[in-house]
Amino acid sequence: MRFLLVEDNEELAKALSDRFALDGHVVDHAPNLGDAELRTRTVAYDLILLDIMLPDGDGREFLRSHRINADSTPVIVLTARSEVSDRVGLLDLGADDYITKPFDFSELEARSRAVLRRLGGAANNSKEFGGVVFDSTAGQITFNGHSEALRNRELRLLEIFFNAPGKIFSKSYLMDRLFSFQDDVSENAIEVYIGRLRRKLQDSPVTIETVRGVGYHMTQKT
Amino acid sequence: MSVLKPTGSIRRRLVIQLAIIAALLSLAFFFTVRFVAEQAATDTQDNILAASATSIADAVYSEGGAVRLELPYSALSMLGTISEDRVFYRVIVDGETLTGYEDLPINEARNASRTPLFETMEYRGDNVRTATVSRTLSVGNQSRTVLVVVGQTRLGLAAISTRITTTATAVGVGFFLFATALSAFAAQNALSPLNKLAESVARRGPNDLRPVVATTPTELVPLVSGLNSFMRRLRDALNRSEDLIAEAAHRIRTPLATVRTQAEVIHRQMERPKNRNSVREMIRAVDESSRSAGQLLDHAMVTFRSDQLETQDIDPKELLHEVVDRLSPTAELKDIQIDLQLPNNDFSISGDPILLQNAARNILDNAIKYSPGETEIVVRLIPSDTCRIDFIDQGRGFADADIRNLTKRFSRGTNVNDIVGSGLGLTIADDVARAHGGKLVIGTNDNGVGACVSLVLPLS
Amino acid sequence: MRIACIAFILILAFSPADAFEIEAKRSYASVEDGSMLSIISTADVEVFEPIIFEFQKRHPDIAIEYVVASSSEVMRALHDENASYDLGISSAMDLQTKLANDGFTRRYVSDATSLLPDWATWRDRVFAFTQERAVLVISESTFEELPIPSNREDLIELLREYPEIFDGRIGTYDVRTSGTGYLFATQDSRNTESFWRLTEVMGRLNTRLYCCSGAMLADVASGKLAFAYNVLDSYANSKLGDTPGIITVEMDDFVSVMLRTAIIPNTVKNYEAAGTMIDFLSELGNYPELVEQTGLPPVEARDSYESQSVRPIRLGPGLMVFLDKMRKESFLRSWVNSIEQR
Repeated sequence: MRFLLVEDNEELAKALSDRFALDGHVVDHAPNLGDAELRTRTVAYDLILLDIMLPDGDGREFLRSHRINADSTPVIVLTARSEVSDRVGLLDLGADDYITKPFDFSELEARSRAVLRRLGGAANNSKEFGGVVFDSTAGQITFNGHSEALRNRELRLLEIFFNAPGKIFSKSYLMDRLFSFQDDVSENAIEVYIGRLRRKLQDSPVTIETVRGVGYHMTQKT
Repeated sequence: MSVLKPTGSIRRRLVIQLAIIAALLSLAFFFTVRFVAEQAATDTQDNILAASATSIADAVYSEGGAVRLELPYSALSMLGTISEDRVFYRVIVDGETLTGYEDLPINEARNASRTPLFETMEYRGDNVRTATVSRTLSVGNQSRTVLVVVGQTRLGLAAISTRITTTATAVGVGFFLFATALSAFAAQNALSPLNKLAESVARRGPNDLRPVVATTPTELVPLVSGLNSFMRRLRDALNRSEDLIAEAAHRIRTPLATVRTQAEVIHRQMERPKNRNSVREMIRAVDESSRSAGQLLDHAMVTFRSDQLETQDIDPKELLHEVVDRLSPTAELKDIQIDLQLPNNDFSISGDPILLQNAARNILDNAIKYSPGETEIVVRLIPSDTCRIDFIDQGRGFADADIRNLTKRFSRGTNVNDIVGSGLGLTIADDVARAHGGKLVIGTNDNGVGACVSLVLPLS
Repeated sequence: MRIACIAFILILAFSPADAFEIEAKRSYASVEDGSMLSIISTADVEVFEPIIFEFQKRHPDIAIEYVVASSSEVMRALHDENASYDLGISSAMDLQTKLANDGFTRRYVSDATSLLPDWATWRDRVFAFTQERAVLVISESTFEELPIPSNREDLIELLREYPEIFDGRIGTYDVRTSGTGYLFATQDSRNTESFWRLTEVMGRLNTRLYCCSGAMLADVASGKLAFAYNVLDSYANSKLGDTPGIITVEMDDFVSVMLRTAIIPNTVKNYEAAGTMIDFLSELGNYPELVEQTGLPPVEARDSYESQSVRPIRLGPGLMVFLDKMRKESFLRSWVNSIEQR
């Protein structure tokens, strides 16, 4: 999917772009409102991530004109201001959600997912590997005409494997992706979720294998 | 208010001062009336005594070389007209008593004059007022001096004086009582704008900083405009600090966001667990300071809005929907299920939607934060005579000793040291509940482990 | 009774030889043991006795000693000789007033006296209990053929016209001895210019002078007198009311009204009983039979009399004018000169 990130802070923008890229999303970065407007005119984005305080104006102005132009692209506002004071203005102006800086990336990801799901857009968000269709928006896998619902962490874990089938991911990498920095979990926790995925994929042609000493990867059953 | 030391009521002071003035006026009135009346009574008696003595003196005549007197009937009867007092008289010709009371004292130093001389003396056991006139009379070739003394006791005068004193006392006391009652009424009346002003200021709550616009008596205008100017400055100061906090939050959060993101990137690239843990701690510290800043600002906002509560009718079901929607992504990250249980019937509460949403979000946010993954949080709306919203989690709950203190600012449960949070969440919720005439009830989950936090609000 | 006797003896024992003269004395023993009330009065025993009886009926514990003297003797007793009496009753208002003025009386206030009209008391010391008029008492037979005079001018005319009828047949008080007579004469002299002319005319007609009403009235009744001038109507009514041949005539120019008064002398021994008697006298009007019997008209609270000609004599210092030594001398001199022309 293609996101537009309107953010004047280069480091933050770079980090966010890198992070979204890991999930296979393409992120265009606009450092100011003028740039953002140019881009929205030419490209149809799936989601806009909008900072409020920008060098050439207030993000809220952009949001207003965006909505006046009946552009239905969902907008998540990145704000550094108060939750209470900004909340009304932002949602009234047509933001679909907002997140307060600094934020945990996984929360931003979750909110993005929630927004996309709520709007029913991003229909083309499913991936297929070895006869298993993974739909991250619907939060389910389908194989052999049979669907299996995934819980959030299962979904996020599986998404990592579907984004790079066959690639081996270390335990620590998976943990970083799955748990926030607030969660105090041991490395064994990842095994619990791998175990669950394996059970759900039991009757499918796909499984997650342990590569001893290195990590895990998703492969077709042999 | 407790630091104020009242130095006495203005009304009482006013009443007492007016009463003292009234008392002084009454006394002045009393003494004036008494003095004037007694003087008038004395003058009246003196005038009659003088008239009597003069008429007697005029009735003295010489006949055949002898001095004779035809005592005029009116000379004595006129004295009977003012009172029933004893009457004495004496007529002396050249030192010899011609007629009358021979023992009635006479002023020997009296010169021949028709101007009456008045004296007060003791005679026959009573206080007697006398008038003395003298004239000269030619008898043959001789000139003889006739002295006429007419005296009257002063019992009638005393009776008049007593009556006047009684009347003056009654009128004086009456005037005093009436004036005091009037001044109490007047003081009450004069101070009623002050009371009204105090009431209107007190009623609006201690932090309502709108200017007082009520009609104000001229004398109170400086006070009220002083008050208004003070409140305006206070409001400006509050707004400035609000802006300052918002600005500060922005200034801190933006770099924090960068730091955090960079740290996250670094964290990903780290291999050694020790280094990874250090970076992790760093990120958690960033999160904590960010969250603290956010909650502090929220709390300031909540306090600000609570003081000037602008209420409207709110559908609590819709409000809870929004809050749950907003927090669902956060909950989902931990695979926490939020079970929203709403009644079928519609009802409304009166309040500030932003504050109430903030309160509900803080409670739910807390519940999510302190719940382990893959648990359920029940958000339950129970309308009865109040609107009660329960947030029931399956977290570690509260230690009993904490329950009392939890809503105090910066207070956290003793068993949550490992979780980021400034402890303001429940304080905010409690403040909002109180501002709406409700309360926050903190308890434990009846159905097993966990906490049950209830937001109880009055129905509109 | 014993107390009464002792009191009587004491009075006799301490009375100086040249003391005031009394005309009569009567004691009324009490039914029960109690105190004694001594009264000196100008009223004849027969006149006052019914009052005493009625009083004792109500107060059986008070014995009464009743002494009768002329008004000037009463004055002498109380003013000059300090004689001890509990009550002084006199028709001579001027003398009673002087007693009160000169400090010879005690003050007395009670419910009964406070009900008396203002003019009936003076200084809470002089209490009036009757009001009696000076009237002309005429012999009916004498006036059969003559017009009955209705005022003093008429009377003078009549006397001038018929000197033969009236010569030696006119009676009046000797004002030198009768206090009441002096009071009426002085009041007459104040009220009318005719008084001295009348006196002169009467003097020319050899007017007989009386000390007391009784003898004068008897002489009118017997026809010895054609008329008596300035007689108290109470006497006329009580003594001779049923006697045929006399008529009382009120002059329509003016009628003097005298108040019979009671005082409590300073020498009082039984103040309480004296007060009781004053209360009783004040309420004389409550005993119509007694009024009928004595012929003493009680004091009545009324603002005006039936006729403009009624001149009540008022209590007050004005009454003392004619008691002035010099004034009295000159009045008596004039009067005697007028009444005794031969």
